[in-house]
Amino acid sequence: MSPATSDLLIEAAYIIATALFILSLKWLSSPTTARRGVFAGEAGMLLAIVGTLLYRGIVDYRWIALALVLGTVIGIPLGRVHMTAVPQRTALSHAFGALCVTLVGTAEFYLRAPAVPKFVMAVLAMEVILGSLTLTGSLMAAGKLQEVLPQRPITYKGQNFVNLSLLGVAVLIAVMLVRDPSHMYLYPLMVAIPLIFGVMMIVPIGGADMPTVISLLNSYAGLSAAAMGFVLDSKLLIVAGALDGASGFILSVNMSKAMNRSFTNVLFGAFGQEQTAAERKEESRPVRSATAEEAAAILAAANKVVIVPGFGMAVSQAQHKVRELYDALTKRGVEVKFGIHPVAGRMPGHMNVLLAEADIPYDKLLDMDEINGDFPQTDVALIIGANDVTNPAARSDASSPIYGMPILDVDKARTVMVIKRSMSAGFAGIENPLYYLDRTLMLFGDAKGFVGNIVRELTGGSGH
Amino acid sequence: MLAAFIGFEVIRRVSPLLHTPLMSLTNALDAIAVVGAIILAGEHRTTLATILGTVAIVSATSNIVGGFIITDRMLKMFKSSGAKKA
Repeated sequence: MSPATSDLLIEAAYIIATALFILSLKWLSSPTTARRGVFAGEAGMLLAIVGTLLYRGIVDYRWIALALVLGTVIGIPLGRVHMTAVPQRTALSHAFGALCVTLVGTAEFYLRAPAVPKFVMAVLAMEVILGSLTLTGSLMAAGKLQEVLPQRPITYKGQNFVNLSLLGVAVLIAVMLVRDPSHMYLYPLMVAIPLIFGVMMIVPIGGADMPTVISLLNSYAGLSAAAMGFVLDSKLLIVAGALDGASGFILSVNMSKAMNRSFTNVLFGAFGQEQTAAERKEESRPVRSATAEEAAAILAAANKVVIVPGFGMAVSQAQHKVRELYDALTKRGVEVKFGIHPVAGRMPGHMNVLLAEADIPYDKLLDMDEINGDFPQTDVALIIGANDVTNPAARSDASSPIYGMPILDVDKARTVMVIKRSMSAGFAGIENPLYYLDRTLMLFGDAKGFVGNIVRELTGGSGH
Repeated sequence: MLAAFIGFEVIRRVSPLLHTPLMSLTNALDAIAVVGAIILAGEHRTTLATILGTVAIVSATSNIVGGFIITDRMLKMFKSSGAKKA
């Protein structure tokens, strides 16, 4: 093959791969075509890799082959994790992606320095800074999600100041390198400081903020890959990176809207809890509680039931019991739907995946905006392991820390049932007035056990 | 810029239902950075570049393989109530 033809082939492979990537995401917009989307993505990827292997600058294939095999060996178990572990797996893969980008950026710098054109140096700096902060940030996030690190947010005075100064110093070094790339000794600093920043950025983040953080890291990983595309002058990489960056960005905006935080607040990672911790009023207002038997009777008599799952459901692995409940009620002619808050779970869309895994049809899983109009016609809203996303104080109490956050209007249903382990406040440490409503029944117990008991009552005590 | 715009339009239409697969798929696509790493590792210009390139290929490939597998596994689970009655 003449050099010209191989170049042409590579170029063609990249263009087709780019198109396939865009189609891949387009098909992902509906569950019916989504798997075709994955296939398109795989085909594009394969084409791009094979195309690259044709590149005539490559003189030695041994390391490439070894690395491809090793990566595959690591990748397969990462693709087979349990569905509840998907958030930490995703965080980990952001870290891997960022690692790849940072390493390539570093290699490029040392190959080209000191004669690096200003534009290349600028995008390279962006690539490496975003890459390295995403690397450590994602590892921290994965650690917190896997609970090898304390989930509790750690805050101290002047935290934002320290973090922003770190980032400022990194940017300053980047600027110095752009002006004069021969200051090569500055480069390691430009990698090291964002590495520290990545850790510091995640330290103050608690579990419930994870959906936002993961989306944000997703966006950073994509942007750094796009920057790498500019460094290497590869349109394919720019497009793929921009797609990833855009999707992460959209998801972060969604998540921050769903938590009523401003986007700039999120962008600077300065969104750890408002640590006022809403001093808990230890008043013992009366609540009404019920047994599984009573709950089952009410559910059986209902026409329309909306189940609101939260992270508590995932923690107690109750999704399969919830599925049995869904079956038992559907069989009795009760209409059952699921109302899912955008930030339920530990990453965007996590609840949907868990419920889909339990074989609940996806057309019963409704987004907050779709389901909220239904609550006034709903007989029973059954809340399983969710708290703050149902708190009516977000609507009415301007002094509440979550005031203004969009919530699921469960309090408009005729009866509200809440499965909860105890009366303790939710993640945000906020009292939930929902529990004291006359129409609210508290079902105290472990989600999995309690749902199981309700199912047993509904199916006539025979159990399983 | 154009890519970002197209991406924006396409991704905005993905329903919240599929946000988790969306993230794992874009993550796998992002690992296209592997092409840069392959060239680095294959060109053999300096030892440093070869080593960094090789490690970069490993991490990107694990994302490609893992990302596609898990996305497909997740999507396989999404069934409509029409397709299947329990």
